[in-house]
Order: sequence, then C-alpha cells, then structure tokens
Amino acid sequence: MERLSSHNVRRQTLADKLWDSHVVHSAEGEPDLLYIDLHLIHEVTTPQAFEGLRMAGRTVRRPDLTVATMDHNTPTIGLDLPLADPISAKQIETLAANCAEFGITLYPMGHAKQGIVHVIGPEQGLTQPGMTIVCGDSHTSTHGAFGALAFGIGTSEVEHVLATQTLPQRRAANMAVTIDGELPAGVTAKDVILSLIGRIGTGGGAGHVIEYRGSTIRAMSMEGRMTICNMSIEAGARAGMVAPDETTFAFLEGRPHAPAGADWDVALAHWRSLPTDEGAVFDKEVVMDATTLKPHVSWGTNPSQVTAIDGAVPDPDAMADAGQAESARRALAYMGLRAGTPMREVPVDTVFIGSCTNSRIEDLRVAAAVIDGRHVSAGMRAMVVPGSMQVKADAEAEGLDRIFTAAGFEWRAAGCSMCLGMNPDQLSPGERCASTSNRNFEGRQGRGGRTHLVSPAVAAATAVAGHFATPEDIA
Amino acid sequence: MEPVRHITGTAVPLRRSDVDTDQIIPSDWLKRVERTGFGQGLFSEWRADPDFVLNQPRYRGAAILVTGPNFGTGSSREHAVWALQDYGFSAVVSPSFADIFRTNCTKAGLLPVQVDAGPAEALMAAVEADPAVLVTIDVEARTVLSAAAGVSTTFPLDDFTRWRFLEGLDDIGLSLRNEAEIVAHEAARPAWMPRLATT
Repeated sequence: MERLSSHNVRRQTLADKLWDSHVVHSAEGEPDLLYIDLHLIHEVTTPQAFEGLRMAGRTVRRPDLTVATMDHNTPTIGLDLPLADPISAKQIETLAANCAEFGITLYPMGHAKQGIVHVIGPEQGLTQPGMTIVCGDSHTSTHGAFGALAFGIGTSEVEHVLATQTLPQRRAANMAVTIDGELPAGVTAKDVILSLIGRIGTGGGAGHVIEYRGSTIRAMSMEGRMTICNMSIEAGARAGMVAPDETTFAFLEGRPHAPAGADWDVALAHWRSLPTDEGAVFDKEVVMDATTLKPHVSWGTNPSQVTAIDGAVPDPDAMADAGQAESARRALAYMGLRAGTPMREVPVDTVFIGSCTNSRIEDLRVAAAVIDGRHVSAGMRAMVVPGSMQVKADAEAEGLDRIFTAAGFEWRAAGCSMCLGMNPDQLSPGERCASTSNRNFEGRQGRGGRTHLVSPAVAAATAVAGHFATPEDIA
Repeated sequence: MEPVRHITGTAVPLRRSDVDTDQIIPSDWLKRVERTGFGQGLFSEWRADPDFVLNQPRYRGAAILVTGPNFGTGSSREHAVWALQDYGFSAVVSPSFADIFRTNCTKAGLLPVQVDAGPAEALMAAVEADPAVLVTIDVEARTVLSAAAGVSTTFPLDDFTRWRFLEGLDDIGLSLRNEAEIVAHEAARPAWMPRLATT
C-alpha cells in the first residue's frame, strides 16, 4: 500500500478501506488475496465444493467462521413430513452430513434460527460493519447494508473459501448512488432500487461496488437498506454498500453475535472509522431524487424492465435501441402483455410476499397494515413466507399472522420458496404473480409463470384489488 | 481444471441479450449434488422449442457459443458454466459478461471471450449465415480469428488468469502458497469479530 504523509492522506471510499484491511497477499500482476470474515453456506451451491475438498484431501480451515442453513429447497408447509422431492431431500441430507463431517454450525429445517441465509446473518448479529462476507448466492450483496463488503460467489470459490478462508479477487471500481429527499407516502426502498435498475440497466453496475448515499438512505431503516443492497446484483454490481451509522449500531446492539461489554465500544470505534472519507473520488456517480419517485412494477423478464405503476406496458416499436426493442418484444410475448395497457388494468392471480429482498419483519408489517380488515380478491392465491423462523415468530407475537390469514393469505414457514421455485411453491404456466422477490426472469417462479416485481405495499394492495394497485387505490 | 491453449471449432449463434443463468440452467437442475451431467439441462426451457438454435442439426458439435451482451446475468450458480461445458462448449463470445459468471468461467475452465460490439456482430452474422464458419481462439495471444467472418480481434484476459488457463492450475493450491501471510492476518484479527461454535 502506498505510504502517504499525514497532511496528504489518501481519501478512501468505504469499499477501499475494507479491501485494504483484508488483503492477505498482494503481488504485481496477480489478483489480491482477500481474507473472508464470514462464509455463509446453504444446500444448493456447496455439495460439489465439499466433494472437491474430500477429493483433494483438504479440510475446512475455519469452521468457526462458517455457518450453514437450509433455505432454497425447503418446503414451507409440512416441515415434519419427508420431502416430496427425493432429489431435494438428498441435497438437504448432503448439507447436514457435510456440516457434521467438517464441524460447521447448521440451522436445519425446523430450527428456530433457520431461514433465508441473507435474513439470518443480520438477524443473529453475524453481519457486522467492516467485514468481508461471501456466500454461494448472488444476493449476498444484502449484507452490504451494514457496511460490510459482501458478494456472491460460485461453487469453485466456495470450495476455495472453505479450504483457505481467502479468495483471490480483483478490486472493483467505486460507484456512488446518491439519493436525496423524502420518499413520498407509499414509496419504499423496493421502488428506489427498481427505479435505479430501470435507469442504469442490468449491467449498469458491472465491475463496480455501489455505495448508496444521501439523505434518503440515512433516513432509511436497516430493512430498507438491505432491500436496496440486495438488488445491487440485479444492476450487475459486484456488491452494494451503505456506510454504518447510528441506525446500523442500534440494529446490531444486543444481537446474539454482536460484540458486547467493552468489546462493543472497541468495535464501535472501529466501525465509526469506516465511512467514505470526505472528498473521496468515485469512478461513476448516479444521483436520484427521492421526492418524485412512484411505486414501481416490472413488466418484462429482466429487472430493468420496469415502470411506475401509473405507467403502461411500453411499446417495443417506440424503443430507440434495437436490442432493447427485441428484448422487450420477447418479454411481452412471454408475459402475455399488450403494449399500451395501463399497469393498473393488468389482472393478477397470485401474490407472493417473501424472499431475501422483502421478507423481514418491517416488510410484513407494511403488508399487514394494507390488508388489515380486508380480504384478497376472488380467486387470488396469496402467500406470505417469512424470511426466517425468527421473523415468523416475531410476526406471530405481533399478531400479523392472524391479519394475513383473516385476509385470505396463506401463512408459511421460512425459506426462499416461490422466489425461485426450487421447493413446491411454484407458479403454473400462465399464472401472473405480483412478487416482492428480486428476479422476473422467464420461468423463475415456475415454468411459464409470469413474475412482476413489486414492493410489499403494492403486493398487498394488489392481492385485495386483483390487479396492480397501491394502498391508496384500495383505501 | 484442464489446460486450455487453443480452441478451434464451429460456433452457435444465440442472438439474445441479458441471457440469465436461470435460462442457462433452470433451478430444477440445481438440486443435484453431482458436478457432471448438466449438459442435458442447458437452456432446457428454450430447447422445448424445436426451432431453438441448439436444436438445429446444422449447429451440432460446435465448440463456441456466440451471444449478445451481458451474458450470464443473475444467479451465481456455477452450474451454468458446468452445463455449457458438459454440452460441449469450450468458450463463450460476447460483448460483455456478468461479473460472477465470468469469474465462475475462469475457475471452471470455460473461456469467457469478450470482444467489441463490431466483431461480435460480424461473428454472429457470419455463423448465422453459415454454420460451418470456423473460429480460432488463441489463449496465449488473446486473439479471436475467423477468416470466413472477417474477424481478427483481441480479448481481455489478465496475465494471471491466462497463466492458469494455459497451465490448467488449481486456484486453491496457488493461494495456499501464502499460508504464512494467512496465519499472520488471522493472528491480527480482532477477537470480538463473530465466531460460530464448531461441532
């Protein structure tokens, strides 16, 4: 690292500070070798990694910095029954056997701490500012909300981290997304990130770590910040981050794995040194005005194909870019939509509230407030899948489950569920879902299923209205 | 991984942008615990259409996939790379790749060949018109050549990754050469950082 005198200190971004403090080995022409503070693992992207370790005669270097959960395959009903799908069952059993063999803490199906990997990390206080966190899942970017450098990796990299607790990486560029102003009523973190992706595209953040800044972010809860960082990957970014502040510290204090006593003060002093230095330079900058944002809905088959709910299905023929027009044509054909149809007139038959994007307690409170005393429209299938068993328990203690079930929602156990349909919670061909998840790819929620990404508030209002709607629309 | 020095073969044109990993290998296939056999699942939803390019006999046996920008966007599933390799592809040519997908390629030995929009389109058009068009990729020289397509261009591949491709080197073994530095870093980590019980 370059040496600088005290009156000429290099102004660093949050991401750069984290990077520099985790470089184990650096050499000209090679990627930096980064130390990994926390490795989250789940059943889907690890079996081949553990098998690789065994074949090479290697072991897990730091089982104490590794934590496992079951989330992608797990059913959300009938947890006491054998899994219906024998292939899923084998994958779940394989994770349990691997964790037992290598001494890794596992929160299995049915455990009080089980849940979506990106929900339980923050919940248990395992996700802290200044840490490097990886997981074989692209939505690892969620943890960046705490001022951690957190990113998704593939199975070869999972094996690498298991064996070495390090990862060779090339430094990403810095991108600032500054959002200022107060969000209008009914507009949420989900709308902020959908709007951003609509603007910069699914490759707009490629090669960059995005730092979200500005008064809107500062005023936002940790849940909201997690929603935004979560979908950084949908903008193609390597990671998303928010500088830690009092909101972060208040969220963390007292959680099971958060530092306590004298350690808390030491940690706090360190965390306060992490935010980007005044005057640090970003490679790319985007500025957003929160005050003019509207609730957003996706209309296509990638997360940049979005519109304000006041808008209509766009006309591919009116698109300037030939590639985008072709992509939109394909998307409208798959989605069964006609150009020019107002979004509020698109009928919806399924509502899914859940996923690592929007399944935390705040999300459920927002949705419950919208549907309290109302009922889902005729023929609507609506389900709530809490992000973790802890969220489920907290929601039940507040009586949210009763609000949902009285309104005609199904109240399920924790997991990834219909976000990607690896468990039995799936769409059938042609079904149209207002989903609080993160990806609207073809077939994502089930073969032939049509996914529209929305906030929990819009999902709840849509369940009542039977077509896309805001809470105001049904008031 | 196996060493990769030259790739010469025919190519399949997939004229689509933002091809996500859910399309490359649908999530149903992710339940498997094996590393092999994913070729059958490659683009399985799209292959249900008999006209889909991979179903056209004239493109059988191709070693290279030529596709639109932002290939491999979405999920981090390395299964997407394994599926492309298992099907028979050794390289993917695109104007741009999603970051995690590109990294997964370089770990598993599938060559991500990023070329400018001009040569990418020339190659796409040429293989669409004539499936017999031959393409040669030289890892050492970092070049893509196709006389029939009128393409002669370079692609980015950092020296370290190129060396790993040429030699077929295992990343883990390379990192473990730095054991002393890893131990030193571990000794300096604050004790208050989170740790799990080991069973």
